[in-house]
Amino acid sequence: MTVTDAPKIITGRFGHDDAHTLERYLATGGYDGLRAALDRRPDEVVQEVKTASLLGRGGAGFPAGVKWGFCPPGVWPRYLVVNGDESEPGTYKDRLLMERDPHQLIEGILIACYAVGCAQAFLYVRGEMALAQERLAAALNEAYEAGYVGRGILGTDFSLDIVLHWGAGAYIVGEETALIESLEGNRGMPRLKPPFFPAAKGLYLQPTIVNNVETLSNLPWIASNGGTAFAELGAETSRGTRMFAVSGHVRNPGVFEVEFGVTTFRDLLYAPVYGGGIRGGAALKAFIPGGASAPWFYEEHLDLPLEAGVVGKAGSMLGSGAVVVMDETTDVVKACLRLVRFFARESCGKCTPCREGTSWLEKILQRIHEGQGRASDLDLLLDISDNISPTIDWPPKQTTICPLGPSAVSPIASAITRFRHEFEARIGAPAPVTVAIAGNAYTAAPATPAPAEPEVAGV
Amino acid sequence: MARLSPDNVTLAREIIARYPRPKSALIPLLHLAQEQDGWVATDAMEHIAQLVGVSPAEVIGTCSFYEMFKREPVGTYLVNVCTNISCLLLGGEELLEHVEHTLGVRAGGTTPDGSFTVEDVECIAACTEAPCLQVNYRYRHRVTPEGFDQLVEDLRAGRLAEEIPPHGTLARIRQRVPAERVAGPASPVGGGEPAWLASRPAPPPEKVK
Repeated sequence: MTVTDAPKIITGRFGHDDAHTLERYLATGGYDGLRAALDRRPDEVVQEVKTASLLGRGGAGFPAGVKWGFCPPGVWPRYLVVNGDESEPGTYKDRLLMERDPHQLIEGILIACYAVGCAQAFLYVRGEMALAQERLAAALNEAYEAGYVGRGILGTDFSLDIVLHWGAGAYIVGEETALIESLEGNRGMPRLKPPFFPAAKGLYLQPTIVNNVETLSNLPWIASNGGTAFAELGAETSRGTRMFAVSGHVRNPGVFEVEFGVTTFRDLLYAPVYGGGIRGGAALKAFIPGGASAPWFYEEHLDLPLEAGVVGKAGSMLGSGAVVVMDETTDVVKACLRLVRFFARESCGKCTPCREGTSWLEKILQRIHEGQGRASDLDLLLDISDNISPTIDWPPKQTTICPLGPSAVSPIASAITRFRHEFEARIGAPAPVTVAIAGNAYTAAPATPAPAEPEVAGV
Repeated sequence: MARLSPDNVTLAREIIARYPRPKSALIPLLHLAQEQDGWVATDAMEHIAQLVGVSPAEVIGTCSFYEMFKREPVGTYLVNVCTNISCLLLGGEELLEHVEHTLGVRAGGTTPDGSFTVEDVECIAACTEAPCLQVNYRYRHRVTPEGFDQLVEDLRAGRLAEEIPPHGTLARIRQRVPAERVAGPASPVGGGEPAWLASRPAPPPEKVK
């Protein structure tokens, strides 16, 4: 087991019950990063973040410093939109950061806006998170009074308003262009990219940076300690630390900040200080490594490091840092149905393959679950999946504007590939599969149940 | 029912003024209406349309997209039980059944006395604390059947009135910006380079010899 002694970059204050107050924040190094940033030129701060190789923590994992650089020069104003709409099933980290250490996020917003030259920031918090909204409102009020936010910050010519804004219940608004639509007062439906890449044409069609709460919460530490110190932690394709929520059938479910790359899934699931092993000593059946949209992993993936590049090559993603553990008692058909139902409910309805496809996927899985499935149903599920995400491969292709539709395909492809016998048992007959999953086609049910023996990790 | 009260109109104007374009205040104002009445009435939407300067159809268009806005009255306490994956694995569906049984209504329904509405909801970001639920968007973690029954008793007896306000109220602390500290909204048209960038120009890139 590897449990590194990497510093707690973003959860360091969680031990204090009053970490959300300005008093405690200032007593623990708060706003030092902002002061350090204001002592440097904005372009130097951008360079520091590029040196840190800070990856976006929302799901897509794009380098933050590079994203900032996409704003076209000379087009003003620029805006910052903070994505605090955490809703991906299994994901629980941004809410903690907003409730427990709101000033750290505010300081991160200030550093980002100073560096990029954003004239106004909008902090979009998920509607259902009443305590986070209260804590952020209180923290912003304190920070305005004390001169950290607003006009002439800390006596400099840097001025910025941060507008606290909250949503009203829609998963799709976590997608950056839908977030912008929602912030403009519209239905939260994604925009087509191109041309509507936020950095070029975002909020009010102006250059806009959309950053996740956890991403921004790293900036105070980077500004204080330097990008090089940050980049010394982690591994090649993932630097620093990351918060992972380990939920489901583990002894010790929890949210842990761990060092990227060095820590493995096995550490996260089994180390006593993290997940603590499978509940009741049962065997592991599967785990979702990065939120509901991610293809599932199994026993043979346990020794993969928590590193974006490695996990991507192995066919899934670290996504939103949501690790959901399913033990051998798990009803795979039901788990798959519940995940797909989520995407069907949350589809915004803009693109036909997603709007129609996800609801049909749900209906078919529902009838299989209820014992009313047909021998042709697995092929039908895969045919619909192939229409939403052609070739059912990873990374996914899409016939839709945003990745929500293809996300519904992940649990289906995973469950049918690995646990086809469970679907057939529920249907009560062999169910031939002719639609290829990532180029692998079957024409008939295998004579024996699908492989249960773990293979050796291939990376 | 229910245009915004004079106090809420004042508050609404303050909120609208924070945004570069008034329509951005639509969702915050719909929340304000829901806080006032416990739900969003048609009159409130028409009033908001006037305040923001859009048509009533645009307001209902936005309002109807978001699940939290109730266009019909709901119970004083909205009980949202999560049944998504992490909760499903640890008894979320069984908890929902218990909630339905205890309150005598199915998900989507309201008790005859108007006290409770039950909803079967998607992930609410408390996955390590499964099974979980919210009452008026206040969390209850690792909920047992007995724990839920106690919660209902406490709510009915008014013992949680301080912690859990009636449906419609989200944050009880509002953002307040002192007049002398306001930097002002950044209009999307006619803006120039921010002062702090102009006063600290990046050095020209080194010329390649």
